[in-house]
Amino acid sequence: MQTERKIRVLIAKPGLDSHDRGAKVVARALRDAGMEVIYTGLRQTPEQIAETALQEDVDVIGLSILSGAHKTLFPRIMDLLKKKGLTDVTVFAGGIIPEEDVEEMKKLGIKEVFGPGTPTERIIKYVLENVPKRT
Amino acid sequence: MTKVEELAQGVLSGEIRSIARAITVIENNAPEAKKLVSSIYPHTGKAHIIGFTGAGGAGKSTLIEKIVREYRRNGKTVGVVAVDPTSPFTGGAFLGDRIRMQELSTDPGVFIRSMASRNYPGGIARATKDAVKVLDAAGKDIVIVETVGAGQSEVEIIKVAQTVVVVHAPGLGDEIQAIKAGIMEIADIFVVNKADRENANKTVMDIQAILQLNNKETAWKPPVLKTVALTGEGVPQLIEKIEEHRLLLEKGLKHKGSREKAEAELIEAIKEKVVSSVLEGLRKEGKFEQLVGEIVEREIDPASAAEKLLKKALKDAEA
Repeated sequence: MQTERKIRVLIAKPGLDSHDRGAKVVARALRDAGMEVIYTGLRQTPEQIAETALQEDVDVIGLSILSGAHKTLFPRIMDLLKKKGLTDVTVFAGGIIPEEDVEEMKKLGIKEVFGPGTPTERIIKYVLENVPKRT
Repeated sequence: MTKVEELAQGVLSGEIRSIARAITVIENNAPEAKKLVSSIYPHTGKAHIIGFTGAGGAGKSTLIEKIVREYRRNGKTVGVVAVDPTSPFTGGAFLGDRIRMQELSTDPGVFIRSMASRNYPGGIARATKDAVKVLDAAGKDIVIVETVGAGQSEVEIIKVAQTVVVVHAPGLGDEIQAIKAGIMEIADIFVVNKADRENANKTVMDIQAILQLNNKETAWKPPVLKTVALTGEGVPQLIEKIEEHRLLLEKGLKHKGSREKAEAELIEAIKEKVVSSVLEGLRKEGKFEQLVGEIVEREIDPASAAEKLLKKALKDAEA
């Protein structure tokens, strides 16, 4: 039997906003691109997200947030991921994240931010090109 | 220590990252997978493995969440493997069973893993059996497997689970149709979920009626239970029945079941080995491609072509 690796992506919704149409659109697009997508559902705490990423051994995490709480929640999430040893996971974000905050988010370790209206092809391409190499 | 030995050690000590990595190695059929499984195998056999199957929409995930909570209240640790279907066209999968169990993510006594079927038939994934072994070896008291949920043809679960729970709900379609052969025969326990619906009692009676038609004398008569997963009603009683079944397995049924399972696993392992090693060789034969062409041109049928190839291979082997 051949080795078969699939890209596992976690799409997570931190915080209290209840809009997940965008998250689901991205999740479906990644699925249609051949990836295995784990969706957490709404209202996740940073602890839930980090623990899920750990148990599911994901390659990539997409954080979707529309409530404006990214400045509080993203640092907590990135910190927990580091504490759990998940430093080789590629993290990107989407939703409502103002231009002026993007630099700050990237400093935390979030590799890319995709605003509303980003074509899904772009996100798919990004994920395919930024999957961490696993030994 | 080699990486595999390190990983195995991590699994045996219950370390979460190792468990997660080990399952990935197995799922991807990485070169280390076989060595990993053989390292942990001697440490398996302690967990109670429970399979949950039944049509989509019956409430399996919600019910499992309540069951896990109840087990945790009783001081048990639990592993869950939730399988969802892989798209046969794109190869991708949307794994959403976890959504209903997310509150349990931060409970250190619970490990939840979502798995895509990767087009393996019968409601589970090829890697499900070995992922269960990992959770067993890691010390989980209970391992729950939730099948894809496509309905009647999901009987592979009996090869993985010791206790099979079939979850049904009223109003999922023609009551009798929905409980045909296959699933009817593999259930150790029937659950009618969403029992707060008005036709729930009829569903229970329909299932009981069909079970009575089966008049084999068996040590275990599958009970038909009612639950309301959303509220947790009926869950303690379900766990009681699962426990009863486990005790029965321990007393005697177990050995029979274990031998059958072990035999099935050995045969499957042999098939896999034979196919991979023999097929490899045959493909390299020039004759292979030639025969493919002949099949397309309708000059020979596939079965005869296979015989030709195998006859040649056997002759060469004897030479």
